[in-house]
Amino acid sequence: MNLLLEIGCEEIPDWMLAGALEHLSAALGELTKNLRPADAAIRTDATPRRLVVRAEGLIARQPDSEERVWGPAKSAPAPAVAGFAKKQGVDPAQLEILSDGKAEKYSYLRKIAGRATTEILAEALPQLILKTPFPKTMLWPGKGGARFIRPIRWVVALLDNQVIPFEIADVKSGNESSGHRKLGAYRFHVTYENFEDQLRANFVILSAEERKKRIRAVPTKYKCDTDLLDTLVNLTEWPTPITGNFDPEFLNLPAEVLATVMKVHQKFFSVVGPDGKDGQLAPKFVAVTNTDGDPDGLIVRGNENVLRSRFKDAQFFWDADQKRKLSERVADLANVTFQAKLGSYLEKTNRTVALVKELGGNANAERAALLAKSDLTTELVKEFTELQGVVGGLYAKAQGEPEEVATAIYDHYKPVSMDGDIPRGQTAQLAAIADKLDTLRGCFSVGMIPSGSKDPFALRRAAQGIVKIVVEGKLRLPIRQLLGGDAALEEFFFDRVRYYFREIRGFKYDEVNAVLAASSADLVDIDERLTALQQVRPTADFEPLAAAFKRISNILRQSGLSGEGIAVNPALLEAGPETTLYQRFTAVADELRGLPDYASKLERIASLRPAVDHFFDKVMVNVENPDVRQNRLALLYSVLTGFSTIADFSEIVTTSQENK
Amino acid sequence: MPTPNALTLQQMILRLKQYWGERGCIIQEPFDMEVGAGTMCPETFLRVLGPKPYRTAYVQPSRRPADGRYGDNPNRLYKHMQLQVILKPTPADVIEQYMGSLEAIGIDLRKHDIKLEEDNWESPTLGAWGVGWQVMLDGLEITQFTYFQQCGGIDLDLIPAEITYGIERLTAFLQGVDSLYDIEWTPGVTYRDVRYTDELQYSVYNFEAANVPVLWKLFDIHESEAKRLIDDYDKTARYPLLAAYDHVLKCSNLFNTLDARGAISVTERVGVIGRVRRLAVGVAEAWVDQQAVVAAAAEVAA
Repeated sequence: MNLLLEIGCEEIPDWMLAGALEHLSAALGELTKNLRPADAAIRTDATPRRLVVRAEGLIARQPDSEERVWGPAKSAPAPAVAGFAKKQGVDPAQLEILSDGKAEKYSYLRKIAGRATTEILAEALPQLILKTPFPKTMLWPGKGGARFIRPIRWVVALLDNQVIPFEIADVKSGNESSGHRKLGAYRFHVTYENFEDQLRANFVILSAEERKKRIRAVPTKYKCDTDLLDTLVNLTEWPTPITGNFDPEFLNLPAEVLATVMKVHQKFFSVVGPDGKDGQLAPKFVAVTNTDGDPDGLIVRGNENVLRSRFKDAQFFWDADQKRKLSERVADLANVTFQAKLGSYLEKTNRTVALVKELGGNANAERAALLAKSDLTTELVKEFTELQGVVGGLYAKAQGEPEEVATAIYDHYKPVSMDGDIPRGQTAQLAAIADKLDTLRGCFSVGMIPSGSKDPFALRRAAQGIVKIVVEGKLRLPIRQLLGGDAALEEFFFDRVRYYFREIRGFKYDEVNAVLAASSADLVDIDERLTALQQVRPTADFEPLAAAFKRISNILRQSGLSGEGIAVNPALLEAGPETTLYQRFTAVADELRGLPDYASKLERIASLRPAVDHFFDKVMVNVENPDVRQNRLALLYSVLTGFSTIADFSEIVTTSQENK
Repeated sequence: MPTPNALTLQQMILRLKQYWGERGCIIQEPFDMEVGAGTMCPETFLRVLGPKPYRTAYVQPSRRPADGRYGDNPNRLYKHMQLQVILKPTPADVIEQYMGSLEAIGIDLRKHDIKLEEDNWESPTLGAWGVGWQVMLDGLEITQFTYFQQCGGIDLDLIPAEITYGIERLTAFLQGVDSLYDIEWTPGVTYRDVRYTDELQYSVYNFEAANVPVLWKLFDIHESEAKRLIDDYDKTARYPLLAAYDHVLKCSNLFNTLDARGAISVTERVGVIGRVRRLAVGVAEAWVDQQAVVAAAAEVAA
């Protein structure tokens, strides 16, 4: 049997469709797992006004089942037996006497008829639908009503085209769907087979892929912003792209401002200039309408008018903002709250300037830190908050600040994501680090520490940003000192360090553990060590040596040997493998001093493997003679500590360990 | 390029009032005090509370002191007009009804592009929030549509739909004019003719001339009067809670003016919002109680 479920809803926010479908698919899969072949797919689709789930091959009813019911003991008086039989709805003669493993008892094999699938669905679907997790739900039509993202207005629920009957907040399930708000019929009859065609006939394209294709099929060459594309796919049922124009005089405004107005405020794609150079815009845009065309040009004209007023606004703000320079605006930051407990942006600015000095930034970096937040008082940023920093940078340049200062202001919120670029040049990098560092230190000092999904000040991103800038900008900074000795912040920060090297850079978790266990907090150095470790790891000797080091580490831990003042006494060494190991140890230790980089050092350390293996094959550590035993432990200790300075090899998970 | 035969501003208002009047709305005149939005009028703020169904529509001049631009900016106004519709409870075809209202003012929706884009609403000073959309017509936001969930910190019994049309924007769109000041109010009279002086003079007052200590004093006076009335509420039907709410609205507008004047520091801001909110919540709670008292009395009488 085929199942069709369509939840007809008032416009669902575009970014919530995917999550809702995921829930519906998983929940329906769970509900019907015994009612359909395991490999039968559940298909989900969505438009702003409908969530659709389709499943094939459902069986008509659950298989019948049996349950053995145990009654009184064999010795029980007749009335008790009769009572049990009556309760089961049978004649006492139909009861059996069986052993339940402990005693002989009266019992009855009850047959349970499988329930009809439609009945199971009718019972479960209302809750299944209402349990769809949305970030912010609403109640309707009033107290005691239902909760969903927006009011549900119709429900199609069909099993082999028979309605599965249920009700959600006064809406009864049925076989009538609804078309495009303006182009389609208000209600029409559908079946499982004709559902998509009927929707199409009523100007609804159910497939998101197909809607995407329609959007892409525009002759104008535009910058395809994939986030915007997804948004538009999820905002439309019958998307039709149109191309509009704007007055080329607006091209005098910075491309950043134009592009932001178009993308963020109007959901337009911007169009690349005729010479195709990056950042050069043509005076055109592509808008995506939710209709079937614009024969009279009314929609294009409307959108052009809106864009013109938006650009005029931007021009007006740009001109108005030039009346006061950024440097004159710094004092106004006293009136802009950073965070209630951490004071104003002026206070933040002063702290950040001090941090830039501490980081060793030059005069331009200090100047950038001083001016960086003053664009928050400009009209343009009040209107287009996403352009903070960018606007400051553009104004700084227009107001004659040095290029380096302007760039640092422009870039100081970077990187905006883990794939994003880091600020350009060391001055900008230090200014950006100081800004983020102040936010981190400040928030941690007043107990605003992210937990779970709660991270309102985006501290994870701030910390991640610092790590990325420091490593990719190759900045040698005393990180621990900069974190201000806050243990919680250090832990939080190094979690981000691990995350960065593992998830962004792709190092294995044990490599990251091994290097972090052996290193200081110099992130550039950590990067170099990891790169070397990754390079040497596949060589034949490396992992076996790492396994041996782990063994050494275990032996030492069990022996309770503590580190201070341990030295090997060569006189106590036995000739053969023990002496060989000692000689190799001193030789390699000597050689390491002359080697230029971590990779060659690691290779050299790995060359110890035959000597170490041989030692373990032939020499017993825990011998009777306490002096000899102690000396052997000292030898192992020296090997371990002497060669664990680049990475703690005992943290490496070797293939043999993984197989255990 | 201006659109020929488009509705004038006043024709449009009349058509919308007509439309909603035919759909069971009480057509109210604007509330006679300064407010920041139609939502703050008692017709919305108080009427959405409690279990009694209600439908109303009214135009409300709304003052936003910080948005004043001395009449210079073609798209910003200190005082704009909102046409506010409250449908409590929300009818199931509310969006179809709303779209019908656009057709009623001459917009053929088959020839335009209309989208409902998520936009939730929250007012910390009123202790109110809801979810909804901004309605985009050919890329222009023409309406705010909200399903109220809470008002004065109280969960609502019946969820109302609030439809707020931006009158100036909508008219400028229909008339195809670039500047709000070029809107034709009625033949031969532009928006500039009627409203420019308001924009200029109130911008001067709000940004330059307002006497800050006097405004603070007024704030304190209205606050204490509102507070006294809230504290003394005696659970009778005749108790003047509406008058108490007037003083809350005075406080709200004074706060907005002081804010535009740059007179409220960072540290004060949250505190002052909290003071207004406490008053709004106080009136809302007393109002819900008073409505129950009134309903109980009516039941006894029947």
